[in-house]
Amino acid sequence: MIPDIISWIAAGLMLVTSTVVLLNRDWRLSLGALALQYMAAFWLVTQHLPFVMGSVKLITGWMVVAILGMTRLGLSTDEDIHGNSFMPHGQWFRLVLALVVTLVIAGTSPRIEAAIPGLGLPVIAGSLLLIGIGVVHLGITSDELNVILGLLTMLTGFEVLYAAIESSILVAGLLAITNLGLGITGSYLLIAGTSPIELKDEI
Amino acid sequence: MSAPTIWILTPFIAGFLILFLLRGRLSPLAGGGVSTVLALIAVIFPIDTALLLGSLSIKISPSMEFLGRSFALNTADGPLIAVVYGLAALWFFGTEASGSANRFVSLGLMIIALLTASIAVEPFLFSALLLNVAAMLVIPLLVPVYQKPGRGVIRFLVYQTFAMPFILFSGWMLSGVEASPGDVGSTLQTGMVLGLGFAFLLGVFPLYNWIPMLMEEASPYVTGFLLWALPTFTVIFALGFLDRYTWLRTSPQLSSAIQFMGVFMVASSGLFASQQRHVGRIMGYAAIVETGLFVLAMGSRSVEIVNTTFLLLIPRGLELAVWALALAIIKRKAYSLRFNEVKGFARKYPIAVAALILAHLSVTGFPLLAGFPPRLALWQELAGQSLALSFWMFVGLLGLLAAAMRTLAVFVMAEEEKTWEWNESWVQTTMLGVGVIGLFVLGMFPQVTQPFIANLPSLFEHLGQ
Repeated sequence: MIPDIISWIAAGLMLVTSTVVLLNRDWRLSLGALALQYMAAFWLVTQHLPFVMGSVKLITGWMVVAILGMTRLGLSTDEDIHGNSFMPHGQWFRLVLALVVTLVIAGTSPRIEAAIPGLGLPVIAGSLLLIGIGVVHLGITSDELNVILGLLTMLTGFEVLYAAIESSILVAGLLAITNLGLGITGSYLLIAGTSPIELKDEI
Repeated sequence: MSAPTIWILTPFIAGFLILFLLRGRLSPLAGGGVSTVLALIAVIFPIDTALLLGSLSIKISPSMEFLGRSFALNTADGPLIAVVYGLAALWFFGTEASGSANRFVSLGLMIIALLTASIAVEPFLFSALLLNVAAMLVIPLLVPVYQKPGRGVIRFLVYQTFAMPFILFSGWMLSGVEASPGDVGSTLQTGMVLGLGFAFLLGVFPLYNWIPMLMEEASPYVTGFLLWALPTFTVIFALGFLDRYTWLRTSPQLSSAIQFMGVFMVASSGLFASQQRHVGRIMGYAAIVETGLFVLAMGSRSVEIVNTTFLLLIPRGLELAVWALALAIIKRKAYSLRFNEVKGFARKYPIAVAALILAHLSVTGFPLLAGFPPRLALWQELAGQSLALSFWMFVGLLGLLAAAMRTLAVFVMAEEEKTWEWNESWVQTTMLGVGVIGLFVLGMFPQVTQPFIANLPSLFEHLGQ
């Protein structure tokens, strides 16, 4: 009973954190929410995978947050410009999008649970929420940091769901490498173009 | 020693060492040398077969355990590995001539090692993860540290990352379909999920928009390498799916859908190429046409499916290498690769322009050039199945031919009094010369590829049997 309640709390935390990442323009808050999101994902992953494999995902996630945070911290305040979104910038618009995703997931999760029994409703709802809001995030931004945050959110959702159907250590390892790779790629993309042109000769 | 140690671990470690230890001219030589040696080992020493050298017995064991799963390269993989590392050597030796960054060789070697791992991993479904990691390694090559990342790179990253979950999920769904093949609903869902995964991975219409963008914003040589390496291994991965799952192989609807996707890629890219005013974007569309031909070959309902697909493999690698090298040489002089910037370049860079045009004509399937025999074989297959498909493939190639004529016209559009110059270095001239000779050899004597591709169908247990 108590694990079920915690699972629902984790799914709720996923909804809150992914919505914060989607709505928020402050990178510090977004990365904080992402770190919390990994904690919620850790709990849901450990419903199907051993504790050690779940903790790999948590540690990897936090490492990614640290990489992105340290990179962003090193950039000048001039870089604190908003991403060049091509869709409306309004917070309300994004909130409505998150609401639409939530409603769709609320409608489909019980049906998926009925079709694939054994996954657990909180796992399905939490993972699909992350996937949905991650995809929405990718659809409305072209800013490097936000794209990486969207990809990481989407990938975390996928990992939670996939952990329920595949328990291979190799997959867990490769997914951890993928997450770390996205973090490093993201920080490289953030740095690119901010260095002086003289560096050209050094590469 | 095991095959994965030789063809996965060794190049990966070599790439790592080159990245930190070698600079300047040494890195292309080292990278090209390592690739050549690996290709030669694949040719000389068959995997899992004991060879007696005097009193010494040598046997390369096929598999290696890693994190509880097996990485296996079998005897049939040998020729494929030889082709891949041979073509990779060509790309790495060309780095010096193209003026690409040092890390191209090191990261390129690591990418090839990861892609080789993608054909070795068991279960093969996990290849999607390795392809994704390889795609991420390409990013530092596409975006120099002094340049802001463009939209093409971001889209490339997003699409490649999207592909992986779709493919992993479809693999899980496919096992359900196998258990209950009569369930039309789940079969359709699985087919859609799988199709979406490969559409993202291969850049099927309309998901290929990042390719022309990348050709504009990144180094043509690096992008050419990416456009050669990733689709080649993705196609092998896709053939693995067709081979593994009976219903995928036998479904006429799926076959038609694959052919439709392929022909749409060929026709649309060919027509778009004919409308471009940027030499790099034209190459991007030509690469899409090449991938479309792969897809068309995979969708053909014949026993020759594997032969036709692999027949396209070697010419594609050579054409893109020559084309990308020629573009890289021209781009070092021209500010951009727009038509108005490269007007009259035939008199300044005659070798590069000639190589570029010949590579372009080869992709259109011009007789006597490398692209002609595989296109003829594919056309023959298609003509027996659908005249409409043959016609639209012709339209696509015609569009590419129009683009070649326009490019040629722009390159020779010089003032009459302008004198002929020879600005290519000896290294550049040699590399382009070797490439062009290769294009003619493969076009006139296509049987030279037979030792490599004759045994490739045995890579697949059921496909084409």
